[in-house]
Order: sequence, then C-alpha cells, then structure tokens
Amino acid sequence: MQSLVARQAVLRPSALKSSARTFATSSVRAQAVPTEKPVLKKEFKIYRWNPDEPAAKPKLQTYSIDLNQCGPMILDALIKIKNEIDPTLTFRRSCREGICGSCAMNINGQNTLACLCRIDRNASKDTKIYPLPHMYIVKDLVPDLTQFYKQYKSIEPYLQNDNPPADREFLQSQEDRRKLDGMYECILCACCSTSCPSYWWNQDEYLGPATLMAAYRWMADSRDAYGAKRKEKLQNELSLYRCHTIFNCARTCPKGLNPAAAIAKIKLELAAD
Amino acid sequence: MSSVRVLGLGPALRQAALKPRANAFRMMIPKRGIKTQSLPPSAMTEILNTQRLKRPSSPHFTIYQPQLTWLASIANRMTGSALSVLIYGYALAYLAAPGVFDSAHVIEFVGALPEAVKYTGKVLLAAPFAMHSWNGVRHLVWDTGRFLSLKGAYQTGYAMLGATAVTTIALVLL
Repeated sequence: MQSLVARQAVLRPSALKSSARTFATSSVRAQAVPTEKPVLKKEFKIYRWNPDEPAAKPKLQTYSIDLNQCGPMILDALIKIKNEIDPTLTFRRSCREGICGSCAMNINGQNTLACLCRIDRNASKDTKIYPLPHMYIVKDLVPDLTQFYKQYKSIEPYLQNDNPPADREFLQSQEDRRKLDGMYECILCACCSTSCPSYWWNQDEYLGPATLMAAYRWMADSRDAYGAKRKEKLQNELSLYRCHTIFNCARTCPKGLNPAAAIAKIKLELAAD
Repeated sequence: MSSVRVLGLGPALRQAALKPRANAFRMMIPKRGIKTQSLPPSAMTEILNTQRLKRPSSPHFTIYQPQLTWLASIANRMTGSALSVLIYGYALAYLAAPGVFDSAHVIEFVGALPEAVKYTGKVLLAAPFAMHSWNGVRHLVWDTGRFLSLKGAYQTGYAMLGATAVTTIALVLL
C-alpha cells in the first residue's frame, strides 16, 4: 500500500497533494504519534563570578542541555539555561540578530556575538563561554565597559565643521561616501578591542581598535573639517602606536570589518604629516 | 440605591465592603523571607566602588584561541628580545673578559662540541633570527599600506613561516 502511494506520488505531483490531504484528515493521522527527536545532550562550561560573594574565585560551571530542544545559536542555549536550569546566570542580550552588540563574549576562545554564533552540534565536545577577555567583571558574563565607552567619547565621534552650508545639507560625492563603507557599520560590541593583546596590556592609555576605527571614520569623512585636530590628538606614543598590526581585531569582528586596516591608514596619514 | 448611583458612591462603597476581607486574606499569606532596605540614589556610587575593589579581571591569553595573528606577534617579540639579550650579553661579556670571549676561543670551544650539539645550537640561533627578520619585512610591507586585509595577513603570515623554514635550513647547512 505504502509503496503504491509512493509510486503514484512520484508519477503525479497532484496525487501527492491529494494523498497528503487524505492522510492529514484520516484516522491514521489522529492516532499517529509525532516522531520525537532523540536527546542530544551537550555540555556548556560557563564562567561564573558573583559580586555578592567577592571572596569566591571565578569558576567554570557546567550545564548540560538537549540541543534538539534548543534554538541554533549560543544565545538560545544561554537563554534556555537561564530559563530552565539556573536563573542566576547573568549576561547581556537584546536584539538577538547581531545589531545591538550586547551579547559580545568569548565563545570557544574567540570573541563574537552569542546571537550570531551557531552551536557546534558535536555533542562530544563541550563549549566554553567566557566574558570578553581582560575586562573587569560586573557579574558572570557581564564585563564593565565604562572605560571602553569613555575612550569612544574621547575621540568626539560626531561631525565637526564650523562652516556648514547655509542653505542646504552637506553634499558628498558617491566616491567620498564609499570611503566610509566598512567603518560606519561598527556596532561597538567591543569584540575587537578585547581581542587585542596590546589592548589587554595597555587599555588605560591605548584606545583600541574599535575606537581608532571610529576615529578614522571621522577623519575619512569629506564633510568633517576637524581632521587635523583629530590627528593631533593621536600623535603620541600610546593612543595609536600601541597597535602592532596583530590583526586579532579583523579576525574576530562579528560584522566582518577590518579595524587593523583603518589603524594602518591613520598611521600612514600621520607619517605623511 | 438610586441616590448612591447618582452621587457616584458605588465604587467607594464596594471598596469599603471588600476591604476587611481583602486584609484578612493578606494576613494568611506568609511574608516573604527577603528583607529590602531603602537607599538614596547617591548610595549607588559607593556600592559600585566597593564592588569595583574586589571584582576580577576576565581571563585573556590563557583562554583565547591560538591564531596565527597573535602567536606570530608574540613570537616576533620573544625572538627579538632573545636576540637582543644575546648580542648585548655577548658584547658586555667580551668587554668584561676579552681573553675568554674572543673569536679564537669561541671557535675552539664550538669546534670541540659534538656534532648533535653543534646542529641544535645552530638551529636555536638561526630559527629566531630568520623568523624575526622575515616578520620585520612583513611589517614593513604592511607599513606601506599593502596586504592590510585579513586574507593578506594570513598570506604574508604563511609566506613568512615558509621563508623562515627555508632560511633556517640554509643557515644550518652553511
């Protein structure tokens, strides 16, 4: 019977449609048990530290969840753990589609956004999740980004021009606009800055890739008139020149941007000054 | 009844009638175990500052994935430091004891060593030197604005490793 139906289906697509409809309303359908997905347990080892017990050292806590009852991304797993296993697990998240930059963390040794990172379906290997590297921890996976935002503020990330056109908006050629592509997309998730060994050792004075790319985004803008001033601010030993062209920033950027190239261009422009 | 409706007292009366019963119901629910303490908003800074004194710094190079990008950079640093220590150390040693560290004595000392030790020593000297030199060339190329993409970084990285291997072998066989 079954093979007969199948053969008919192969012969005529319309037959498939009608047989499917018959099955959907048949008594067989009513009795059918939905095929249950097998349990696929995977271990997640997550960095924990609680500010209410400051004496306790940070530790890795292991959670085991069924991947077949979970969404495809690491963020889905984290939310599932928080909802079903341990409500004290703390992390930032908002948009779940890679545009807010909240869920930046170190997953399996690489900084990325949890919402854009797929869970490795290989259940025999565990997944390790740490907060962004070399940052002060507020709780669990939440790093303190105060310094990072202060640095971003310090480069004055807005258009500065003392002679705006009187009667209309700023005009920009398509060519000039194109210079900003690959820089304006930055969402300030801090993945790149916290992947940079130079930033690990000198984050009190070195601005870091995210901030420096933002600085170059305004230097490269044809509408901005403060380029010389912006350059002068970087003309010291630490703000810019702690970049040793390591390329960890470009390697880790979840948006596929290249801060290393932007920094190299600043260096070239400063050298030509 | 109608006067109540006219005066709009309906809700108030209803509430008054229900109030004692609602209170009695609340009495039956046990109070929750957590006590909260009211603080002025200005206390936030102090709480944050006491937390900041004790908070840990998250792990970094011990957990970061080994990648050609930063490992090559660290290797460049280490070979640079080691070669500098060697050249300055040797120069200072020669200054301190010219009779022991002059060329003739060094040649005599190395000549007396067994073959295996000689080749190991040569590799240990040649490999860092080759690596540091070629990586220096790689950095010079970057400084001219070339190979500044991620792909470029990896291409030049593998080229540097290949050139290092060839140069090391050539120097050892010299």
